[in-house]
Amino acid sequence: MNGTRLLVGPFNRVEGDLEIRLDVEDGQVSAAYVNSPLYRGFERMLLDKDPRDALTLTPRICGICSISQSVAAAAALGDAAGLPAAPQGALVTQLLHAVENVSDHITHFNLFFMPDFTRPVYAPHAWRDEAVERFAALKGSAQHAAIDARAKLMHITGLLAGKWPHTLAIQPGGATKAPTQRDRTRILLSLRAFRKYLETHLFGAPVESVADLGNADALMAWERGDLGFFLRIATDLGLDGLGRGCGRYLSFGAYPGADGPLFARGVWVDGAAEPLDTSAIAEDLSHAWMLGPTAHPTAGETLPDEEMRESAYSWCKAPRLGGEIAETGALARQVVDGHPLALELAQSGGVLARVAGRLLEVARTQIAMERWASALRPEEPFMHHVDLPKSASGAGLVEAARGALGHWLRIEDGRIGAYQIIAPTTWNFSPRDASDQAGPVEQALVGAEVRPGEDSPVAVQHIVRSFDPCMVCTVH
Amino acid sequence: MSLLCAEDPNLLDTFDANGLTFLWHPALSIETGAEVRRLLERCLSGEQRLDILCVEGSIPRGPRGTGRYHMLAGTGRPMLDWVRELAAVAHHVVAVGTCATYGGVTTAGENPSDSVGLQYDGSHAGGVLPEAFRSGSGLPVINVAGCPTHPGWVVETLLMLENGVLDQDQIDPLARPRFYADHLVHHACPKNEYYEYKASAERLSDLGCMMENLGCVGTQAVGDCNIRPWNGEGSCTRAGYPCINCTAPEFEEPHHAFTETPKFAGIPVGLPTDMPKAWFMALASLSKAATPKRIGTNATSDRIRIPPQPKAKKP
Repeated sequence: MNGTRLLVGPFNRVEGDLEIRLDVEDGQVSAAYVNSPLYRGFERMLLDKDPRDALTLTPRICGICSISQSVAAAAALGDAAGLPAAPQGALVTQLLHAVENVSDHITHFNLFFMPDFTRPVYAPHAWRDEAVERFAALKGSAQHAAIDARAKLMHITGLLAGKWPHTLAIQPGGATKAPTQRDRTRILLSLRAFRKYLETHLFGAPVESVADLGNADALMAWERGDLGFFLRIATDLGLDGLGRGCGRYLSFGAYPGADGPLFARGVWVDGAAEPLDTSAIAEDLSHAWMLGPTAHPTAGETLPDEEMRESAYSWCKAPRLGGEIAETGALARQVVDGHPLALELAQSGGVLARVAGRLLEVARTQIAMERWASALRPEEPFMHHVDLPKSASGAGLVEAARGALGHWLRIEDGRIGAYQIIAPTTWNFSPRDASDQAGPVEQALVGAEVRPGEDSPVAVQHIVRSFDPCMVCTVH
Repeated sequence: MSLLCAEDPNLLDTFDANGLTFLWHPALSIETGAEVRRLLERCLSGEQRLDILCVEGSIPRGPRGTGRYHMLAGTGRPMLDWVRELAAVAHHVVAVGTCATYGGVTTAGENPSDSVGLQYDGSHAGGVLPEAFRSGSGLPVINVAGCPTHPGWVVETLLMLENGVLDQDQIDPLARPRFYADHLVHHACPKNEYYEYKASAERLSDLGCMMENLGCVGTQAVGDCNIRPWNGEGSCTRAGYPCINCTAPEFEEPHHAFTETPKFAGIPVGLPTDMPKAWFMALASLSKAATPKRIGTNATSDRIRIPPQPKAKKP
């Protein structure tokens, strides 16, 4: 059978702009090429600005991972200054960050990922009518419950960060708002209300019972809530084997605390944990419309190729770790952290694993948020005042909802001399590199079914959305 | 995405209750790929009525005027062309966010992608669409400026357009809906008592007024941010950081650090726009001299050190 070529775009229910080119042979994807078709040049805008301005400008890269960008910028500046934040301010920051990450997971599951199961192509399946009732785009009952719960959870950002997105409350020295006992009470109330949503709708059972799921059998036996409904579909469609990843997982470590991060830092390669060597990170530009050599982000530049040369096909650079691709995201975080369910899910590492890993993380993070809010001590200081050095460099490595986010900056004569960002989706949706190694999503798409007559194959949509891409962060 | 924070009712119920439907939304609709391309073609041919075209994000014109820094995925054509063509068939055109209205943060620094707003290039009229552009309704592009936009601003603009009550008189000279642009961020700011006495915050997280030292331009910036709060009960100034005038053209380039007030001979530049400077200075020095200890102390603290005292009873 002769091969055909499909161009899928605009690829929606992802954040930002995405186009995917597919080579199709014998009813399967034989090769995929991922294009991030928007270039804005945030790294260039930052050059020669007051370093503090990074706290205003970088969150505005993205309307959905805004706090993650704030936290990374504040961490990079704090690293440059060599001063830690006030411990209570750091606690506020990680609570805010967790609120955004959990909100993003809920948004992804209900609004971005699940609606695909309402498509007419699934009419023969017993669960399809229920899928329509719960997840029809802009209508489903589960969507209503989720956006109400999410908006109420976001009240924590109103109290502590003024608004969401684009706060300036997160600073290298801590947080600008010292919450009162009354604020702490209100935050705990918001978290209890969100727990009720999780236990009534998403999980249909105590959050702890999801966090404690010890293996894949226990997970697949779960029948309650939206999680149970998804698992029913996943079993029927074999989503565990769909869109398998490369098996190399990367996490910068999430929510740093006095006793180490809540979710560990590291890499997972060939079934074993390894420490992360950040000096092995390099961005390859061979297939990106960018100019310059492969470089570590401390030496990288952002020089767009105005000619948009034929041999490249995306504005996205191709980050590699020791020359290899790596998958990042909620599943990667849970795998690197060594959660037993995640470790078992990693053996298949496909659509089911990514989505289940995300929901597992929602449960674990809810428990942590409640603990952190209880630990707020209004009588203590929330912000140290940090004077930035005239010349220094710093890195801010954090975990956004979608995975490892890094900011690397250099301060020269009190101004920003260099600023490079690698976003999670830059890793996952990277194009090919100089050795023609395809990016993680490009590899995961190979073998996906293309049904007769499909111009935007539904299997491709499941795989792509299971990564929860944020394309506006990708190229920035 | 701030729109998803709409409450009472939520976004989906708001649309349902008012008979509004999304023809297509990039984050929410089911249609993807070829389905969307066919929909866009139907809009251009007139087969599908396009009541309101909402555009988020500034529009890149680079490199070298081609618009190829932003191709609409799957179409092989720049967003620049799509926006012009769709605007020509839309009854109303709404720019959502300061990037789409005036260029915004995307145009900061050297404006690497040569981006521009829908009908403005910064504060200059004329962007992707010329100054004279009017949509089918006879209105210019409605500019729901803000970075981010309050979900209420977007929802109410759409509903007022649908009800036919947002006319030329209801938008300000920069085409922002007056229901929020007639207010200043200063209105109902919880730091107003500090402002009255010019009791200034010295560092971020201090409770005092942030105008003198920390770059706050809430007395000049339009927005009802402190009248109707954000995400429950928030606002920038309530959270201890300055208003940076994100509803205005060119806010992205203040020509000083965002969190620092530029001064000339020790006096802040950029005083309230409609107040004579000499009067401001006279009042400021008087009120500074009259500052009660409570206000002066609290202004440079991150929490209330001295609460208001009940009046002493007469003996």
